[in-house]
Amino acid sequence: MRTKLSTGATEALAGIPDGATIMIGGFGRAGQPVELIDALIEQGATDLTIINNNAGNGETGLAALLAARRVSKIVCSFPRQSDSQVFNGLYAAGLIELELVPQGNLAERIRAAGAGIGGFFTPTGFGTQLAEGKETRKIDGRNYVLEYPLRSDFALISALHADPWGNLVYRETARNFGPIMAAAATTTIAQVDSVVELGALDPEFVVTPGIYVDRVVAVGERSWLRHGIFIGEQA
Amino acid sequence: MSLSREDLAAIVARDIREGSYVNLGIGIPTLVANYLPPGDAIILHTENGMLGMGPSPAEGQEDPDLMNAGKLPVTARPGASYFHHADSFAMMRGGHLDVCVLGAFQVSERGDLANWHSGAPGAIPAVGGAMDLAIGAKQVFVMMDLQDRDGRPKLVADCSYPLTGVACVDRVYTDRAVFDITLDGLVVRETFDTTHDELRELLALDLIGIL
Repeated sequence: MRTKLSTGATEALAGIPDGATIMIGGFGRAGQPVELIDALIEQGATDLTIINNNAGNGETGLAALLAARRVSKIVCSFPRQSDSQVFNGLYAAGLIELELVPQGNLAERIRAAGAGIGGFFTPTGFGTQLAEGKETRKIDGRNYVLEYPLRSDFALISALHADPWGNLVYRETARNFGPIMAAAATTTIAQVDSVVELGALDPEFVVTPGIYVDRVVAVGERSWLRHGIFIGEQA
Repeated sequence: MSLSREDLAAIVARDIREGSYVNLGIGIPTLVANYLPPGDAIILHTENGMLGMGPSPAEGQEDPDLMNAGKLPVTARPGASYFHHADSFAMMRGGHLDVCVLGAFQVSERGDLANWHSGAPGAIPAVGGAMDLAIGAKQVFVMMDLQDRDGRPKLVADCSYPLTGVACVDRVYTDRAVFDITLDGLVVRETFDTTHDELRELLALDLIGIL
């Protein structure tokens, strides 16, 4: 039977080289594939370019990957938060490169990559610092900025359930970047709370079809979900 | 005498029509939620991926997978829906939301918005969804004090802070007055214990009388 199931996170991450570009799902902690990130730190790949909405919270997950000095560049919309001390320190010391992208443009650039779109004109950011030097065009009286797709070698995402074909369903607002990153990466690795039997997911409710998913690893209930992760901050 | 933020939030809520889909930005705009009519007259959008956002959960009921754009725990109302980030921002960019309420450092008389970056040297820039929200609804409302801590007006001829969006704000709610930004100019819509002459002196902008 066709199966994308890995025996563990270590096997799921096999082959990620130094210098890889990796999308990591999640908005803050919701949907962040913490167990896969922990395994990536152990795996040792370095000089990575990371694409995420944020630049790590607290000391775990993405923040721990940064603290281990594995990341040379981050592409994100909202790096500075009350608990982004790891990123702040690296940035102040000039040890990490930052590409800042408005959140909706970040999402659409990722979507465009997965959908085979060569570029798109967006009104977001027109006339601001973040559009400086970019091509603009007036269409039907409205001003737009040309943005290009954002793709990656790997995506690490988190979902609730998968079946052996890699079909995914998510939980609540933890869905966030998962579906679009899955489509935009050459190799997509999904961690899930649990794997269900083929046929157990209602096809009407599959969110990410398995064609976008290459490897699946079950991590069980995410224990870190249960303790103090709520630190409010904008976007 | 000027309005408290709570009173101002109640006035913004009063002006949001029943049936609207609304995004309330982080900070002061979230106060508006406390004054919206009960029931399902208004459906709240949160850009991290939900329509039908409900209030904060009871203590101990927080669900880490269910949060708002400020990364604070929220609840889902009956009828809520979840969607991914590209859909969520398409919903905004595509003009499907009726109202978005934002805070601001400055708004220009033409409706330019500055609310994402202080521009201070060494500050780590962080934009999040600010530039998307600025152009992300049929009507964009700003809630802010009319003056900054040093007494300088925040409604200005030209923004000195880095822009978030160009000519994107429709209405500005402040503690002293409410302004509509129109093609004809800045219209004073409502005042709070403040005369038009006082506003003219403070702002040094051309003001058009009450709509």
